[in-house]
Amino acid sequence: MFVGSLSGYEFDTIDMAGKLKGPSRANLLGTDHYGRDVFTRVLYGARVALKVGFMAVVIEGLIGVTFGLLAGYFGGFIERAILFVTDITWAMPPMILAMAIVTVMGPSVDNVAFSIAIVSWAQFTRIVRAKTMSLRERPFIEAAKSIGESDISIIVRYILPNVAPSVIVLATLAFPTAIMSTTALGFLGLGAQPPTPDWGVMLSEGLSYLDNASWLSVFPGIAIVILVVGFNFLGEGLRELIDPRMKL
Amino acid sequence: MRDFALFVARRVLYGLLVIVAVSAVLFSILQMMPGDAIELLGGNRVSRARIDAMRVAWGLDKPPAWQYFYWLRNLAGGNMGVSILTSQDVAKMISSRLPYTLGLTLCALLVQYLIAIPIGLIAGVNKDSWFDRASVQATVILRAMPNFWLGILLMLLFSVKLRMFPISGYSGAKSLVLPVLSIALPYIADTMRLTRAEVIETMAERHVTTARAKGLSERLILLRHVLRNSLVPVTVMFFLALPWLIGGSVVVEAVFSWPGMGRLLWRSVAQQDYPVIQGVVFVITTLTVVCNTIGDVVLSLLDPRIKGAVRN
Repeated sequence: MFVGSLSGYEFDTIDMAGKLKGPSRANLLGTDHYGRDVFTRVLYGARVALKVGFMAVVIEGLIGVTFGLLAGYFGGFIERAILFVTDITWAMPPMILAMAIVTVMGPSVDNVAFSIAIVSWAQFTRIVRAKTMSLRERPFIEAAKSIGESDISIIVRYILPNVAPSVIVLATLAFPTAIMSTTALGFLGLGAQPPTPDWGVMLSEGLSYLDNASWLSVFPGIAIVILVVGFNFLGEGLRELIDPRMKL
Repeated sequence: MRDFALFVARRVLYGLLVIVAVSAVLFSILQMMPGDAIELLGGNRVSRARIDAMRVAWGLDKPPAWQYFYWLRNLAGGNMGVSILTSQDVAKMISSRLPYTLGLTLCALLVQYLIAIPIGLIAGVNKDSWFDRASVQATVILRAMPNFWLGILLMLLFSVKLRMFPISGYSGAKSLVLPVLSIALPYIADTMRLTRAEVIETMAERHVTTARAKGLSERLILLRHVLRNSLVPVTVMFFLALPWLIGGSVVVEAVFSWPGMGRLLWRSVAQQDYPVIQGVVFVITTLTVVCNTIGDVVLSLLDPRIKGAVRN
């Protein structure tokens, strides 16, 4: 995106002479241990966070919605099997499972997005299943069935459009969660690798300079809070607009 | 009563099934790891023959299914294998760290409840007052703070600037304060909102009106009728939240170099020491399933209207 032009620096320009300088007019949020401009890195960090968040939510939405539709529509054995799988993912705290997956796949931004998706799709399944179950009993679905529409076509043409609003709300609320997990994994060194300006990576690098360059530990965190609060508000607002009774 | 016993038995059996399934999933995930531990350890420095010999010694030459059942059988006997890096017994490594993690998370839960329930109660009773609004707004911010960042901020303020608490590691009860706060504070948001919502709902119920009509003092009504009923979901949340806290505390343990399971997992992940990873994740998963099961049972005990349908 266009963040590069905002600050006049590159996120990976090293300037050892100007390292660990406090916030000033030249470097709004100071510089880090390589003399890189923290403001620029925080801006680029938003790009990393948004990218991972978006990828994660798309993947988890795809998996979760598909399973939810199948479980809610068909019921019976399919439903039981899918619920069992969701119970399995719920039995592992997300952070722990994500760590195990990243271990196997190797630390990178894409793998973080993937592992976050793997640990959090079940919430989509739960809501979509419940919605689908109540839709299934409605007359217009029965009507579609009676004129010989196939199951697939009923799901795609009649049920999917009706669950879509809830899915959008869920996705908006899942987005900040994904970003928080990304920064946590980044902080642990399991996500983006330096010199990528990931907020979690920046915080973990800053930890070594806590007593003489505290700005390194403060600003990336503020950026996380701003982004997360923003998306939470957006999600809550959408929920009140679209489906006030939705339980999460 | 027989119904209840049956319900508990079914929940426990289901829990066991989930644990076995999880262990299988876990095992297959780690099987997908590129290269095996021996190659990782030896690198290029060790001869081919030596690597093959070690592989046989570790049972890594056998098919995955065999390895899984071997692992399960050992597990049943409390044997989780040994660390590839340090050759220490995994079960011992975990059991020496488990108390630290459990202590940390239980304290965090306690602190969280001690702060969140009174605030939730007051906010719920005085709905739409300035206190209610301020506390709801505060939870918005608290919820958005990653616990590890909160930990860094607390460390910066109380350890680096004020020098009130030790920076890291465990050296007595004082070391608990900052990690406990970093884990507890972000979670206050959820508990407080839950308590508040429940209080508001209970206040509107008829038995509260009846109690008022009887002329009970407002304070007695709040404590005996409102709070007691509102605490049902909050109690159940206790069991459901515990494992999540353990999961979430991994990063906080890393920040404060806390000698717990989370940090052990983190180190093992970095070094791909998979018997340890397997062991730790298995222990945490088992804890999760046990807590969830207890949560379901407790809920059906406290609120007979709902029979074990907490999460689905």
